Amino acid sequence: MNAGLVLSRIWKEIRRSRSITICGGILVFIAALAVLGPLISPHSYLTTDFDGRFIEPTLNNFHIFGTDDLGRDLFVRTLMGGQITLLVAVIASFVSLVIGVAYGAVAGYVGGHIDAIMMRAVDALYALPFIFLVILLMVVFERNFLLIFVAIGAINWLDMARIVRGQTISLKQREFVDAAKLIGVPAWRIIFRHITPNLLGVVIVYVTLTIPQAILVESFLSFLGLGVQEPQTSLGALVNGGVRQMEQAPWMLLIPAVLLAVVLLCFNFLGDGLRDVFDPRQEAK
Amino acid sequence: MLRFALLRLLWAIPTLLLVIVLAFLMVHAAPGGPFDAERALPPEIEANIARAYHLDEALPQQFARYLGGVLRGDFGPSYRYRDYSVSELIGNAIPVSMKLGALAMALAVLVGISLGTLAALRQNSALDRLMMGLAMTGISIPVFVIAPLFILFFAVKLQWLPASWSGSTSAWRLLLPVVALALPQIAYIARLTRASMIEVLGSDFIRTARAQGLGTAAIIRYHAMKPAMLPVLSYMGPAIAAILTGSVVVEEIFGIPGVGQFFVRGALNRDYTLVLGIVIFYAALVILLNLIVDVLYGFLDPRIRHR
Repeated sequence: MNAGLVLSRIWKEIRRSRSITICGGILVFIAALAVLGPLISPHSYLTTDFDGRFIEPTLNNFHIFGTDDLGRDLFVRTLMGGQITLLVAVIASFVSLVIGVAYGAVAGYVGGHIDAIMMRAVDALYALPFIFLVILLMVVFERNFLLIFVAIGAINWLDMARIVRGQTISLKQREFVDAAKLIGVPAWRIIFRHITPNLLGVVIVYVTLTIPQAILVESFLSFLGLGVQEPQTSLGALVNGGVRQMEQAPWMLLIPAVLLAVVLLCFNFLGDGLRDVFDPRQEAK
Repeated sequence: MLRFALLRLLWAIPTLLLVIVLAFLMVHAAPGGPFDAERALPPEIEANIARAYHLDEALPQQFARYLGGVLRGDFGPSYRYRDYSVSELIGNAIPVSMKLGALAMALAVLVGISLGTLAALRQNSALDRLMMGLAMTGISIPVFVIAPLFILFFAVKLQWLPASWSGSTSAWRLLLPVVALALPQIAYIARLTRASMIEVLGSDFIRTARAQGLGTAAIIRYHAMKPAMLPVLSYMGPAIAAILTGSVVVEEIFGIPGVGQFFVRGALNRDYTLVLGIVIFYAALVILLNLIVDVLYGFLDPRIRHR
């Protein structure tokens, strides 16, 4: 089949799917706002103002999301938090993608005893309550920003590894792999140059579904006060701050909570929609 | 069957050991000691403290001592709650946490399966679409967002239910935490049940049962339910882990004096022994419950245990 034809078919289906266009549009809008918003607003996410604490959302002085307990502008802080949350999620998903694809492709291609041992290890790791080890890691190593990426990525690669392994097993029986073997292409090159590119569809779908999970973990850690540290912020940290002031300033809780929920919902719907396009056999779970 | 169960048990032991080793090493790789005070202590006193907590021994020796203690259910003294041992702190907190977790799990399974079955029977109807849309929303909204919103609406605005544990002694104080904890799991289980029920209802043996004149209720109850429950059962492991994770947040938000609250306090206070103890406790619990789920699965699905 012609690659260009396949791509144009996929593009057509993507544009036809309502969940992809609507949710993708919302996500692009939120991401653009998160990047551009702080540049437009006259306020800085750092400046405190003790005469302007707990201002309700108002158009006056451009405090459209109000201010917090230290008088900092919440519009800018929410968008900065959104930036950090999205950044952490994308990088963490990329980490899990690299580990998962490499691990799954090798296990699936090599097969036999090595495959059995590698997948048994994944099974065993599934049973581990990773999140608690990550919390321990955060407690011990001073809430390092870089560590958050690595830790979250290290949790989420298991599903990816399983799915990629399954796909690899079915791919390696195809003729083009036999042809490559016949002309003497080494195994690692077959895995990374011939098998991996064919995994693209499944990988796109599952990365889209990994991103909300990474967001969940990051915001969970930040909510507990173990993730992103002040004066930096993330949506989870903002929800945490909002919980403390919710009786006096409910907008401090409602705005970041709703934004977080919308982002997660959109990523989940987007992943579902993409799965229907790329992998129609797989029923939505 | 017995052999299958034993084999699974044999896998569980090295897994747990791995957690203990990892967690122990992590804590001991921590920069700075747990007793680094703002004011420098005289070296004799530091040496005494180190001796009292066996911090002067070599690492393998410390690990052997710790592991020996863990096997006897002794996680050592807490570094911050000076008069308590970690085991006492965990032990006192278990009953509340267990009540919360078990109720949330029961609610999630009962409501999730019922809603999922209902949606499967009315596939592609407006009701089905509405429920699946709600389920997606339920999955997407994290517990630490649901719980404070519940408090804001039901406790602060409407004042129907108590906002915190200490604010009341009636059983109603459990309602909000349990529902908040169960909600994402209800959503997940409903989706799983719907998908697998639709698949089962489309299979030949269900058509045969219908041809024999069985009603829908009887078909679901006697034929479809058991095979449809297999994916749900295999989700029980992750569900248990999710409920545990969620309980940490819910206990913190509602001020419930359970294991999760001690975990958060310990984490923020850098109470290494307490956090280490609770991590191992949680790991053991998750691994044990996963083991039970696995064995149950093998019991329900003969294909698994003869693999």
